[in-house]
Amino acid sequence: MDASLIVLALMDGVSYAALLFLVALGLTLIFGVMRILNVAHGSLYAWGGYFAATLGLAITQFALPAWLALPALFAAALVIGGLLGTVLEFALLRRILDKDPILQLLVTFAAFMVLEDLQRLIWGVQPVFVSTVVEQLGTLEVAGVTYTRYQLLVLPLVAIAAFVGLRWFLGRTALGRQVTAVTHHREVATAMGVNTHRVTWLTIALGGALGALGGALASPTTSFTPGIGADMMVLSFAVVATAGLGQIGGAALAALMIGLARSFAVYLMPELEVLMPYLIMVGVLLLRPEGLFSTVAARRI
Amino acid sequence: MASLRLQALVAVLVAAVLGLTLSLPWLKTPVLLALSNGLAVLGVIVLIRAGQVSFGHAMFACLAGYTVAALGRGWHLDALLLIALGTAGAALAGAVIGVFMVRYRGIFFGMLNLAFSMVLFSVLGKFGGVTGGTDGLRFDRPGFGFVVMEREGFETALLVLALALAVLAGWAVQRYFASVNGQALAAIKTNETRLEYLGISAKRVFWGGYVLSATLCGLGGSLFALTQGLVTPDMGYWVRSGEVVFIAILGGAGHALGAFIGAFVFEFVKLYAAALLTGAWQMALGLVLIVMVFVAPTGIFGLMERRLRGQGVRA
Amino acid sequence: MSSSSAPQGLLSTRGLSLKFGGVVAADAIDFDLMPGERLAVVGQNGAGKTTFINICTGYLQADGGQVFFDGAEVTGQSPRAITRRGVGRSFQLPQVFTEHTVRECLLLAASSVHRRGGGFWRPLAQAVDADEVDATLELLQLHTRAHDLAGALPEGQRKLLDVAMALVLKPKLMIMDEPTSGVSTDEKHGLMAVLMKALDERQVTSIFVEHDIDIVRRYATRLAAWIAGRIAADGAPDEVLRDPVVIKNVIGE
Repeated sequence: MDASLIVLALMDGVSYAALLFLVALGLTLIFGVMRILNVAHGSLYAWGGYFAATLGLAITQFALPAWLALPALFAAALVIGGLLGTVLEFALLRRILDKDPILQLLVTFAAFMVLEDLQRLIWGVQPVFVSTVVEQLGTLEVAGVTYTRYQLLVLPLVAIAAFVGLRWFLGRTALGRQVTAVTHHREVATAMGVNTHRVTWLTIALGGALGALGGALASPTTSFTPGIGADMMVLSFAVVATAGLGQIGGAALAALMIGLARSFAVYLMPELEVLMPYLIMVGVLLLRPEGLFSTVAARRI
Repeated sequence: MASLRLQALVAVLVAAVLGLTLSLPWLKTPVLLALSNGLAVLGVIVLIRAGQVSFGHAMFACLAGYTVAALGRGWHLDALLLIALGTAGAALAGAVIGVFMVRYRGIFFGMLNLAFSMVLFSVLGKFGGVTGGTDGLRFDRPGFGFVVMEREGFETALLVLALALAVLAGWAVQRYFASVNGQALAAIKTNETRLEYLGISAKRVFWGGYVLSATLCGLGGSLFALTQGLVTPDMGYWVRSGEVVFIAILGGAGHALGAFIGAFVFEFVKLYAAALLTGAWQMALGLVLIVMVFVAPTGIFGLMERRLRGQGVRA
Repeated sequence: MSSSSAPQGLLSTRGLSLKFGGVVAADAIDFDLMPGERLAVVGQNGAGKTTFINICTGYLQADGGQVFFDGAEVTGQSPRAITRRGVGRSFQLPQVFTEHTVRECLLLAASSVHRRGGGFWRPLAQAVDADEVDATLELLQLHTRAHDLAGALPEGQRKLLDVAMALVLKPKLMIMDEPTSGVSTDEKHGLMAVLMKALDERQVTSIFVEHDIDIVRRYATRLAAWIAGRIAADGAPDEVLRDPVVIKNVIGE
């Protein structure tokens, strides 16, 4: 494998990992604050992407200023993630907090099913692909390899910004510290006077927005079709499980690991590409089920 | 012993299914799909007894299906033999995977099953040379009991067999639940430590339940493969596994009959959604389940259970 | 120490030690229990009584030392293995199968020793010697609640069920962690009398952790007092209860 392929694989891996990280981050945040795995998270990714594409098309159709294309992606994420996240939290998640874990999981699975069909009704089954932003930003050359500015710069920068921003938010702001408190121990946080309902809602809206952001940012480079939400759901879950449920920094490393494993597999042995994340997941679960970066012991006998 | 009312209900249902499918032949395929699905759901219900949920059990149905397809294509074996081999393959896989799996509980158990199933799914999709890739494997209609049949005859024979197997499997699972091993399995849910302090190996009991669940999924998968004449990697996709759990809760995870009630409801909503709801069956069922979780978490069978009690005997 | 020179008692430990973080839960404990003894164990909370039981029954691994049961070394074995050798245990917080009925809990317990065969197919009630189960239910006065869910029982009866489940195993040694806590005071003595009589009839050696000194005086043939992970005093109950160290650290006044 020559040097330029390695560079290509690296860049592929990093840009892909950036997207994975954003989605996984949202999933792990919601799990942290509710102890529920939101199976509908993949739908937020899908809806974020579809809506971003819709906005992109609208910009062209209504001859709006072209520079709006990139900000539109973020707007899409905020709107969809915030809105859907809020709806999910209000209608479902807060009402199943004290239910059997199996039922909790199934309720979010049912939400996933509903959102899948709604998505199909709204956007149809034809592939949706709006790549304006990528074309706008053009390409650049690194170590003899040509790559899109969008994938090489925008994606990793957003991921890093999200990571740094979240760490700062959780560690340095009052609200962020409340989120951390609720994540660690809900009852204790309530006893200390934290408005757990509000904190939970905000975290879910934030987590949803991150999931949708992953989708919105993926839309200029990916063709969106029915089923893409399901694919991203299980993939982001693989990242979260590998890192350890609730681990934020770990999610970044796991996303990088899986992203790079996948991109190198594409160039070395293509059949392994889709397999890599799940092989890693099996390996981690068999050897260290609580996740690579977790500090809690797993439920194992 | 199942209450008299329950036995009567099963008899009525079986008769109804037979009668309807004979008079309306187009019902055969959906009924076959429902019965295959029901068997897989039965497998998941066994695990739910122990308080555990697998989000990857579709892999056993998938493995069995591909075994049937591969052997059907390569060796042109009889349908009955194919079913036996497919089921045996799933049972073997369950026995091997179970050795690792029984050390896990709760969400980790669910995750590890999911991970295994996605590995299988990816392998089946990508190693197209052997597995037919995402298009799957087609195979010709085999003989049934060494009699070569036309499509109609084959479907009828398969349906009668599936119905018989469903009743047998349901009865067997209920017997298992009432037996020492089944009761110990249920005790895993509430107090595993106590089991160990009674000198009973929770891991061994759980392994037995896991193998049983894999076998049932394999049986369902084999019948499914023979019904469709085609197997695809989607049979093992995580959404499929989720649907199986979904149906278990919908129908009622407390009793074997719940598996089949749920499977039939699922299949027929799918069928009618195509005509009435522009195909939005997922939305319809999703909403139904959400309502059920709040209103009737023991499922449809749970709602029926009172009236089936009869002489105060547990149904 | 080779197994041929294993201690002669029913339950023995040599140099049993365990540390949790900075706390010494077990401090090189040497201990011998003879068959037929009725040993009461007293000590303040955190003194290491339950830790000792947990190590002896395999629930915890000691940092060092050995455990012997009935002539064989059982150090490091699982609770399941040790139970099978003839140890029955009840817990401070009763451990029962909350979604099974009282009778089913006992049937399950009995299934590990009183199988009738028929393996896979026979329903639990028929696969096990139900006479033993029903006798135990009567003995501990649980027969009136035989078909109630274990989870619905009040604390005291749940405790009794916990003891019953261990008793039905027909162990050589019964270890009971506060068997009468949660039972009303006027019922305590009656219960202990019944329990001890049953154990005597079956020649079961017993260890019971107790906080009620009256019960200790009445039913124990031997008393061991735990302080900070060690056995501070061990001997006839009356003598131990007069020991000033015990009075100061364990009983208080």
